[in-house]
Amino acid sequence: MISLTSPVETRAHRWPAGLKLGALCLASTGLFLVPGLAVHAGALAAVLALYAAPGPVFLRAGLGSLRVVLPFVVILLAWHALTGDMRQGLLITLRMVTLVALANLVTMTTPLEDLVALIRRLTAPLRRMGLPTGALEIAVPLVIRFTPVLVLRAETLAEAWRARSRRRPGWRLILPLTLQALDDADHVGEALRARGGALGPSGSE
Amino acid sequence: MERNIAQIALFAAMIAALGLVPQITLGFGVPITAQTLGVMLAGAVLGARRGAAAAGLFLLLVALGLPLLAGGRGGLGVFVSPTAGFALGFPVAAFATGLFVEHVRLRSAGLAAGLGAVFGGILVLYVLGAAGLAVVSGKGLAEAFGLVAVFIPGDLLKAAITGMLVQALARVRPQTLAWHRAAADGAQTRL
Repeated sequence: MISLTSPVETRAHRWPAGLKLGALCLASTGLFLVPGLAVHAGALAAVLALYAAPGPVFLRAGLGSLRVVLPFVVILLAWHALTGDMRQGLLITLRMVTLVALANLVTMTTPLEDLVALIRRLTAPLRRMGLPTGALEIAVPLVIRFTPVLVLRAETLAEAWRARSRRRPGWRLILPLTLQALDDADHVGEALRARGGALGPSGSE
Repeated sequence: MERNIAQIALFAAMIAALGLVPQITLGFGVPITAQTLGVMLAGAVLGARRGAAAAGLFLLLVALGLPLLAGGRGGLGVFVSPTAGFALGFPVAAFATGLFVEHVRLRSAGLAAGLGAVFGGILVLYVLGAAGLAVVSGKGLAEAFGLVAVFIPGDLLKAAITGMLVQALARVRPQTLAWHRAAADGAQTRL
C-alpha cells in the first residue's frame, strides 16, 4: 500500500521535507477550492508527468501504489453514472486520484527520518513547555512500519479463511488481527525498553 | 510507558489497516469499510486517553500526507473535505467510547464496549460529522444530519461487532482490558 521512500534517488529527495509538505498542503487545498473539470484533468496529468520524470522504475512503483484507489474510482464513477451526475463523479474521481498521487509522491521522495525531524522541529515549542514529545517521534515511524504489516497479515488471514470456507471472511478476521497487534505491541514495548526506553535517558519515568 | 506507546501506535496502525483491507469490508451492496470500527475498538480496548491518542496519532499521519483513510485518502485535503468532521471526530469518538467503558460499569465487557461504541462511535461522531458537513456544504445541521444518517445502520453493526470482539478479548486476553479488570476487581471486593 504505502510506497515508502523510493530507492530511485530523485532531486526531490534532497528538498526539505517541510517544503514538500507545505506544497502538498497548498496543492491539496487548492484542488478542493477549484471546481473546474479541466483544471483537475490538468493537475492529474501534471502529477503523472512528475511520476514519469525520474524514469520508468519510479513510474512503475508510483502507479503500483496508486492501484489501491482503482476500486474506488470504479465505484465512484459507477455511482455517479447511475445518479446521472457524471461531471461531479469525474471531478471527485480525478481529485481523489490526484490527491493520493501527490501524497504518495511526497512519501516516495521524502526519507522517513526527514519527516520525523520535521515533526521534531514542529513540536519544539511543546518541548520547551515541558511536554515529552519523544514519544511522538517513536510512535510515528511505528505506525508507518506496522500498517503494511497488519494489512499483509489481514490478507494472510483472509487467505487462510478462504482455504477453509466458501463464505466471505469479513469481520471475523479482526479478532485474530487484534490479538496479533496486541502481541506486537508487547514485543515492541519490550524492545523499546531494552534499547533505553522511549524517552531516552533524560526523559524516562 | 514503552508498552503504552507501542499499544497506541499499533492501534493507530489497526485503524489504518481496517480501512485499507478490502477483505474486511462489511458488505451490504455498498461496501462499508471497517475504519470507524478501528476507532471504536481503540477506545473500547485501550480506554479513553490511550484510545484518543491512537486515533489522534492516526490523524497526524493522515495529515502528514499518508493515504491511510478508507479509500486511500490522506493529506491535508481530508481536513477541508465534506467528511472533515468525521475525520477530526475520530479522537473524540475514541475518547467518548473509552470514557463510557471506564465509567459505566457493566458485568459484561462486551455489552459495555458495544454501548460505548454506540455512544462514542455513533452519537458523538455523527454530531461532529454532521457539524463538519454543515460547515463545508453551507447547509443546516438537520439537513446535514439527514444526509449522513444513512450510514448509521452500518455503524450500529460495527458497534455490535466491537461488543463481540471485546467480549471475546475479555475471555481470551482479559489482562489487555484495563478498565474491565478494574471493574472485575471492584465486583470481587464488593462480594
